[in-house]
Amino acid sequence: MSRDRFERRLFAVLRPLVIAFLFLITAFPFLYMLMLSVRDIQELILEPGSLWPRDFTLDTYVDVLTRQGFLIFLRNSAIVAVASVAVTLLISIPGAYAVARLRFFGRRQVHFLFLAVYLFPAIVLAIPLFVLLTMLGLRGSLVGLILVYIAQTVPVTVYMLRNYFETVPRSVEEAAAIDGCTRLSTIWRVVLPLSKPALMATGLYAFMIAWNEFLFALLFLVERRESWTVSLGLSQLAGSIEIPTTVLMAGSVVLTLPIVIVFFASERLLTQGLTAGAEKG
Amino acid sequence: MNMRAQEGRAGVALISPTLVITLVVVVLPLLWAIMLAFQDVRLINIRQAGLFGHYTLENFSYVMSEPGFWSALVNTLVYTVAGTALSIAIGLVTALALRDRFRGRTLVRASVLIPYVAPVVAVAFLWETMLNPQYGIVNTWLSEPIAFLTQAKGEFLGIEVPVALLTVIAFEAWRYFPFAFLFILARLQALPAELDEAAVVDGATPTQRFRYVIMPQLWRIIALLSVLRFVFTFTKFDDVYLLTGGGAGTEVVSVRVYNFLTARDDIGASAAQAIVLAVFLVVFLVVYLRFFAGGTREQG
Repeated sequence: MSRDRFERRLFAVLRPLVIAFLFLITAFPFLYMLMLSVRDIQELILEPGSLWPRDFTLDTYVDVLTRQGFLIFLRNSAIVAVASVAVTLLISIPGAYAVARLRFFGRRQVHFLFLAVYLFPAIVLAIPLFVLLTMLGLRGSLVGLILVYIAQTVPVTVYMLRNYFETVPRSVEEAAAIDGCTRLSTIWRVVLPLSKPALMATGLYAFMIAWNEFLFALLFLVERRESWTVSLGLSQLAGSIEIPTTVLMAGSVVLTLPIVIVFFASERLLTQGLTAGAEKG
Repeated sequence: MNMRAQEGRAGVALISPTLVITLVVVVLPLLWAIMLAFQDVRLINIRQAGLFGHYTLENFSYVMSEPGFWSALVNTLVYTVAGTALSIAIGLVTALALRDRFRGRTLVRASVLIPYVAPVVAVAFLWETMLNPQYGIVNTWLSEPIAFLTQAKGEFLGIEVPVALLTVIAFEAWRYFPFAFLFILARLQALPAELDEAAVVDGATPTQRFRYVIMPQLWRIIALLSVLRFVFTFTKFDDVYLLTGGGAGTEVVSVRVYNFLTARDDIGASAAQAIVLAVFLVVFLVVYLRFFAGGTREQG
């Protein structure tokens, strides 16, 4: 058998194996998460190796949402995420338009600033912000957290949006200007309607950051339980012995499901945006 | 006022909200962090430590004289290099395996992305549960349970291995290989098909085509990924903190920074460590870029 034929046969066998392996290591843990969230803790301790629950129960979800306070955490996370998305878009749309279209003093240096913020370690930033919020007595308030998320996402979203705005033909904008549009109304009436996919991708990026973030939520909110986000709530309760693991698994599902749904609902848009703008993670 | 000046003013006006928020929430705090590193400050006396406070190098000498710092720095480096290399290697294999169509590709592709999309707190808790020595599913498959996340050292085939550190590295590779996969797949799909076809006509075998046709076109994206993953992993806090809390020989510098800040309430020492970490990051990056730039010159 020639080397070519040998290799082709080898890869014809290897490829499905690799694919099956990849599917297993990514899908199995999340299926396990789901399975664990609908069973009783006694059953898990007696039969840790069984995958399929003997009795399905949704009591774990009722427990985690009401008694453990995840409904409140969900509300906090939603407030933080939605506010971050709204303000991020509001700030980065004009910014991206300026970088894409207008010649102004310092336009080149702006890119350097964005790259620096994008690569900048959060742990360094955490110290002064923690101290500042403590001094201002703002620890425990969601506003400080939202501000930090906006500052971390805006440089990336400006970059993502700029790349898209540059593909909008200038002639369309010029036509709008001749028809009497001011600059702002040109952005509002012409550029934005043409940029819907990019706006979606940008909004989702900001949503993902705000929903998944942990370090700043921990530093700013840990002392006020009413302000915990879902991520922070799960991490704090995971250490306690009183709450059964299966209930916490239900909490993990509650935390994971929204972001996974949002991601796959608009996955194509987002992955294009991610590889263009490159997510921080 | 002429058109050009008007354009310039409009540009500055439109970009200014972006600049203001990055300046106030990122740049100024950074400068303040550097100042804090040179002062003896705790949360109790923070109001006395002003712009013209007493500056000293004590924090740095204190932090760097602690043996824990250097072992944490070594851990950070091992964790970062291994995590970066593994995630990129698995990402490359995934991209090659999922490159051509097959039945169920959409499903597998979606599944492969979930570890990266899911919140870090949820997946860290999931791993903790799966690896739990009492009721974790992984340990029910083993003849003898292993405390993956709380055991610093263990034996594997007669060799002593850092169990918890390896587990944390495996987590890193698992969670971030989709990131590498997305970038490499995008590049693979943009490659001109003619080159590969020509190589087939010339009788190149699959491994030869990979080595001489595909890889040369992927080096740039892999180099970029290496830099990005290195930078993000080197200062990463969440993953290690959530999995082990920095125990069992997995303490990385960022976890130390956090502990000094919150548990020890020593802001100055915490800031000093963060600055030293950032300086090491820059040094490693410069070395890498030098090395890499030299490498490309040899090739071209």
